[in-house]
Amino acid sequence: MATATHLLTDKEATAHPPQEAVVVRFAGDSGDGMQLTGGQFTLSTALAGNDLATFPDFPAEIRAPQGTTFGVSAFQINFGSTAIETAGDQPDVLIAMNPAALKVNADALREGGLIIADEGEFSARNLAKAGYEQNPLEDGSLAKWQVVHFNISQLTLDAVKPFGLGNKEALRCKNMWTLGLALWMFDRDRQPIVDWLKAKFAKAPELAEANIDALNAGHAYGETVEMGAPFKQHHIAAAPAEPGLYRTVTGAEALALGLVAGCQLAGVNMFFGSYPITPASPLLHHLARLKEFGITTFQAEDEIAAICAAIGASYAGQLGITSSSGPGIALKMEAMGLAIMTELPLVVVNSQRGGPSTGLPTKTEQSDLYQAVYGRNGDSPVPVIAARSPADAFECAIEACRIATRYMTPVMLLTDGYIANAAEPWKVPDMSGYAPFPVGYFDIPPAQGEGVMPFARNDDLARPWIKPGTPGLEHRIGGIEKQPGTGNIDYSPAAHQEMTDTRAAKVLGVAGSIPDQDVCIGREGAELAVVGWGSTFGPIHQAVRRALAKGQDVAHVHVRHIWPAPKNLGPLLKGFKRITVPEMNMGQYKTVLRDQYLVDAQSLTKVSGHPFRIAEIEAAIDRALS
Amino acid sequence: MNEISPIPTTTAKDWASDQEVRWCPGCGDYAVLKAVQRTMPDLGVAREKTVFISGIGCSSRFPYYMASYGFHTIHGRAPAFATGVKLANPELDVWIITGDGDALSIGGNHTMHVLRRNLDCQILLFNNEIYGLTKGQYSPTSRVGTRSPSTPFGSVDRPVTPCMFALGSGARFVARGIDVHKNLPDVLKAAHAHKGASFVEIYQNCVVYNDDVFASFTSRELAADKQLWLKPGEKMLFAGGAKGLALDVEGLCLKVVDGDDPSVIVHDPKNRGIAAMLILMPESFPVALGVIYENPAPTFEAAVMEQNAAAASGKTPDLQALVAKGQTWQVEKEPREL
Repeated sequence: MATATHLLTDKEATAHPPQEAVVVRFAGDSGDGMQLTGGQFTLSTALAGNDLATFPDFPAEIRAPQGTTFGVSAFQINFGSTAIETAGDQPDVLIAMNPAALKVNADALREGGLIIADEGEFSARNLAKAGYEQNPLEDGSLAKWQVVHFNISQLTLDAVKPFGLGNKEALRCKNMWTLGLALWMFDRDRQPIVDWLKAKFAKAPELAEANIDALNAGHAYGETVEMGAPFKQHHIAAAPAEPGLYRTVTGAEALALGLVAGCQLAGVNMFFGSYPITPASPLLHHLARLKEFGITTFQAEDEIAAICAAIGASYAGQLGITSSSGPGIALKMEAMGLAIMTELPLVVVNSQRGGPSTGLPTKTEQSDLYQAVYGRNGDSPVPVIAARSPADAFECAIEACRIATRYMTPVMLLTDGYIANAAEPWKVPDMSGYAPFPVGYFDIPPAQGEGVMPFARNDDLARPWIKPGTPGLEHRIGGIEKQPGTGNIDYSPAAHQEMTDTRAAKVLGVAGSIPDQDVCIGREGAELAVVGWGSTFGPIHQAVRRALAKGQDVAHVHVRHIWPAPKNLGPLLKGFKRITVPEMNMGQYKTVLRDQYLVDAQSLTKVSGHPFRIAEIEAAIDRALS
Repeated sequence: MNEISPIPTTTAKDWASDQEVRWCPGCGDYAVLKAVQRTMPDLGVAREKTVFISGIGCSSRFPYYMASYGFHTIHGRAPAFATGVKLANPELDVWIITGDGDALSIGGNHTMHVLRRNLDCQILLFNNEIYGLTKGQYSPTSRVGTRSPSTPFGSVDRPVTPCMFALGSGARFVARGIDVHKNLPDVLKAAHAHKGASFVEIYQNCVVYNDDVFASFTSRELAADKQLWLKPGEKMLFAGGAKGLALDVEGLCLKVVDGDDPSVIVHDPKNRGIAAMLILMPESFPVALGVIYENPAPTFEAAVMEQNAAAASGKTPDLQALVAKGQTWQVEKEPREL
């Protein structure tokens, strides 16, 4: 979905479901290159001017045993001539590269949907591996769908024969043949893919040519073979969009760009300390290539060292940033407490995944909200903000940098596996429209006979940022409770009470510099508010749109600032008759809302590793209003 | 490029903070603190450019007592904080103060990595073979059989040898000192002069929980016979020169010979093999002290800075261009209006 880029007509906004959208799922073995195929199809879709949302869904194993159901990797894309907010409830088209891919994905397909299968892979052995007793392409078990099948493997081998590749290498071109077919189906330009292949295989031109030939062969096959009714060419018109320059962006890319922008707006160099973990690693990969922006990236020996080094860098005057997923964030918590205690700026990015423990490394969830808001020893509040989409991650990253530096505090930025990997069209922002928030280091030595006051307070209750290297301001900080002002060790009851109160008040004070909570759609004081945060934005938004079209009195409230909340959130929520909070966890934000505002918030929970479908939220709205 | 400002002459007193020192009376930490404060004026460094970073434990209170910048962090993680500090500002002179539990138990991983990366810093490991701050439990350097509140029948696990751990981790500077010994400032100066991670194990007496645990070589009566102070380029002699160390070529180990024996070897700090033998000498031998191994290599922060600069060279940090990177397309006007 494209955040704030579309000017929707009422008709478009309420179409149920939008007529001009198609959901395609590519599914194959994890070694079949489905993510690559999906990624390139996404690019061609964006270039064709469609709005889109994607959902890459892959196993945790890099190369699970071939042909098995647990080794199936899928990439779903929803695209259309109207605003797209989710990756789609049900695919209209499933491209299944082997029996296991069919087995795992067929049930998701809408009734009457189209299955395109590579019959060349439906051997007795592969059927057995997928758990089929008979060939589903022949036994009529797929009757509720339209099925076309041809031997993609053989067609690919024929297409790349002139290049004399080995069988294994030749079959690797299968995904490009399939992509060619998909490009024909949706009337797409092949040239950008050809250019990409040439660049990708610049060092092995024969592989580039083989892949291009496979792509062209797949395209030609669609054009020449007469398969009959279900298999025809569709043209999806461009989606309405505000005029301007667009690109596609994944959440990880947008986050990286937002953090760079945030540091540039703050006028401070970035130190990014990280330890590889799924699905957070892409952020490290993106930032590692951007040294010209004054960025140092550090792959630490572990999660703890990553955050500690980031805090060390913040202490020395850079903006320390660390990033991980749930299990890694758990390891960072003690150090985050130190950053709270020493009041140093820090941004902690959590790309949430299914938990607890190792949980579901490649699947999405929103179950680290308690961890973010409450998850440290002692009374240790931090601001928490959550991104709702890939493009929104850009804005949230800037906001996290602003809050961290202005209030001298760690900030937790929540995103999730879905946002990190999903792509959407993004209107390239005009950076001149962003107000800088330059940091100021304190460098005025105390008068003769007076001590350094590293824990003096400004109007925001923030303490001065004093870099080591500044003459005359030598001082010591640490994790032990301290005397207000001087920061000297002080365990006294009065000191601990005052410092605890001050740290809490400072974080609550962040609410003074964030916008009031608005209602996305629907009216204030409606019968029902559907309150969401994070990546549930898309399905909630579409579901509420549809409910409004049906005449239901519903509103969508989407909260970016989880902690502290916008000042008006309580009164706003109290104005609704009922509140439903859909979350990909067991009801964590619901608990926060109940605790903070004594409102009767009800949960809609889902922890399957997949995002909400629009229909699930529509049904919850119906239930709440019945 | 950098402004060179004259470093003001300081005295030991200038390096003492106004905070009351709160170690047990008679603790070896006092002696180390004094030695460091006495050494700093000789190093030609500015207080504002000096940062002491510690973890948790008795020794880790150290930064509060130095009139420089200081950061008392969390248990075992001082090397990681130091890495961030040094990468953010390589001009800072970074000292890590740690103990046997902090550096080798909870923080063993970070100790290993700061050494192998060769971050330019001084690591002073106060080894008292016991947990002091938590009231006397045995530590990873405690000898087998150490009775403590957590091991009332004696510890059964074998201790780690700190300098061997350092050498094995790829340290390029490994030295030993004793808290109250007059040579400690010289060891500190050598550690500071070394560019890279300088690992210094300081035998430190805990008067309350592990008193006299090092008396077998630190007591006045035994010192001469049991301490071998190494000096680069000089013969390895001890017991007032009456004895020396030679290489037992057949056994590939060290042996004790008479001081005037021509086979007494000369200390070459670059020899890693001999360094390992010196560290691992059995109880019947003297304890090797001073700079055991020194073989400089490029530092981590220099390599990072160099690569950052090379990767950035010729590129303009243009944020607008960055956000517009990749394959883009222009929407001229609303397609709906067509």
